[in-house]
Amino acid sequence: MRKIFSNQERRFGFLPGRQRQPDLPDELWENCAGCGEMIYLAEFEQNARVCPKCDHHARLGARKRVEYLLDANSFAERDSAMRSQDVLEFDRPERTYEQKLADEAGKAGIPEAVIYGTGTIRGEDVVLAAIDTSFFMATMGSVVGEKITRAIELATETRTPLIIVAASAGARMEEGMFSLMQMAKTSAALTRLHDAGLLYISVLTDPTLAGVTASFATLADVIIAEPQATIGFTGPRLIEQITHAKLPAGTHSAEFMLERGMVDCIVPRDDMRRTIARLIGLYASRATDARANGAPRPETVS
Amino acid sequence: MAYEFEQALIDLRERIESMESELKNGNSDNAVAEELASLRSELDRQTQDVFSGLSAWERVQLARHPQRPRTLDFIRYAFTDFVELHGDRHFGDDQAVVGGPARLGETPVMVLGHQKGKDAKDNQQRNFGMAHPEGFRKARRLMLQAEKFRLPLFTFLDIPGASPFLADEERGQAWAIAENLLTMCQLRTPIIVTVIGEGGSGGALALGIGDRVLMLEFSMYSVASPEGAASIVWKDAKFAPEAAGSLKPFADDLEGLGIIHRIVPEPAGGAHVDPRSAALALKTALVEELNGLQGLPLNTLVDRRYDFYRSLGVVAP
Repeated sequence: MRKIFSNQERRFGFLPGRQRQPDLPDELWENCAGCGEMIYLAEFEQNARVCPKCDHHARLGARKRVEYLLDANSFAERDSAMRSQDVLEFDRPERTYEQKLADEAGKAGIPEAVIYGTGTIRGEDVVLAAIDTSFFMATMGSVVGEKITRAIELATETRTPLIIVAASAGARMEEGMFSLMQMAKTSAALTRLHDAGLLYISVLTDPTLAGVTASFATLADVIIAEPQATIGFTGPRLIEQITHAKLPAGTHSAEFMLERGMVDCIVPRDDMRRTIARLIGLYASRATDARANGAPRPETVS
Repeated sequence: MAYEFEQALIDLRERIESMESELKNGNSDNAVAEELASLRSELDRQTQDVFSGLSAWERVQLARHPQRPRTLDFIRYAFTDFVELHGDRHFGDDQAVVGGPARLGETPVMVLGHQKGKDAKDNQQRNFGMAHPEGFRKARRLMLQAEKFRLPLFTFLDIPGASPFLADEERGQAWAIAENLLTMCQLRTPIIVTVIGEGGSGGALALGIGDRVLMLEFSMYSVASPEGAASIVWKDAKFAPEAAGSLKPFADDLEGLGIIHRIVPEPAGGAHVDPRSAALALKTALVEELNGLQGLPLNTLVDRRYDFYRSLGVVAP
């Protein structure tokens, strides 16, 4: 399985053989969450945050994700200023929800956990939504649900392939039932996309759990996972809390889910763009003229 | 078993019952009849007192009351000719989800719900109502049957949360729930959903998308259990009572937020005091709701359902 990574430098221009310079300040280095090795930060970033030593795929911000997937400068973001509201006036400790949102936005550099818009992959138009775990662990509230829904609607209206890079630790507690209802809203929107015969590719990244997995993230034509990503409904730590028993290593990993038939394929980050482009080439050229607006299923092979 | 807040009411009810049987046995005089009448009005008064001042946590306890009528009780009292159908045709039969065709009045319908156990043994078999993937897949099979045979679908929600064990993950818990959401969003038959007890999270929603969503007066419907929300937001499950208030999970909260359509009143003291009356009140509501949907073109029905779910969420700008 690891063989696939044997050629890192070709993919992201990573320069091998660099050793840690002991006199360099700490902020130039990051510990790999996979192998614990110190990695020179510039190298790590250049390598799309894939550890050059162990191939661990570290979490990637939504803007970086867009940069790695789409053609340069092709992304036109939509609804970039959309924010959540404390509609329940949720009584929480320490900070109000509004304050918490402001803190998360400051930390993550984006006003909510998802960005979406239009762009191209190797010249092909796509609608892309990317979720960012650095904002509030990518919990799903009204904004995540609304922006995902608008991305689905945009893809449906413009008959464009849809790509959603999913991630989430779960529901946004502070939005109560509005949070849960985003599962229904995004799923409802997908009924129309699928009815229109359009392509939807879902990319599951670390971690994709709970309501996001149990709605739009798995309602795709093709489900791709990133290597080692934690995927599931109830996450491993929560299962351990409930059962008071330690889980074996590797449950919930992309590889575990592939083995159980839950995802279509595992694609390393440096191969993601090419794989998605290939799938669009195979599926979407026909999908865009077939079954327009609820037309009946094709009766003959064309 | 009983909760502290209802103990006094239970004592009163017991005294009333024993006097009633004395009266029946003919060992009565006017004094007994008079005392009975005054005890009854005392019970009414105290019930109203207790139930108008319930704390958020007491309301959670009520929604989870072990004696609360379950889906099969509501089916027994409000429907006839029920035939329970089993199995998902892939893996097994999950006893935490029950369903099959039945009749509401004269109308053939499909009924489907989560089923908690009545006692320890029943709960073990039914995994405390925590449905497995095969339960959701059985439900989906019956939803598609409802569409095929043009049967209105009635679902009943009563689940602490979807089953949270490794085996459920291995069998695709999230995938099973997601499939149900997609199916219910486009199902071409009327769907009327009722939260009868504890509507817990994604496992509840997996049977919970419909044209009309009702809640029994003392049920709850929440994105997470108060304990779960407390351990996430407060970092400690012991703040569950605080979380219960913050989550706004009760019928009046959710009607106010526009997330449900109708509250069905329960008998004084809660549905568990008189399950039959609770079920008959629900039946009346279900018949009314079905009448309101029958005759609508199916395209209109599905479009309206879409518009309702599309509208849920509050964002700025």
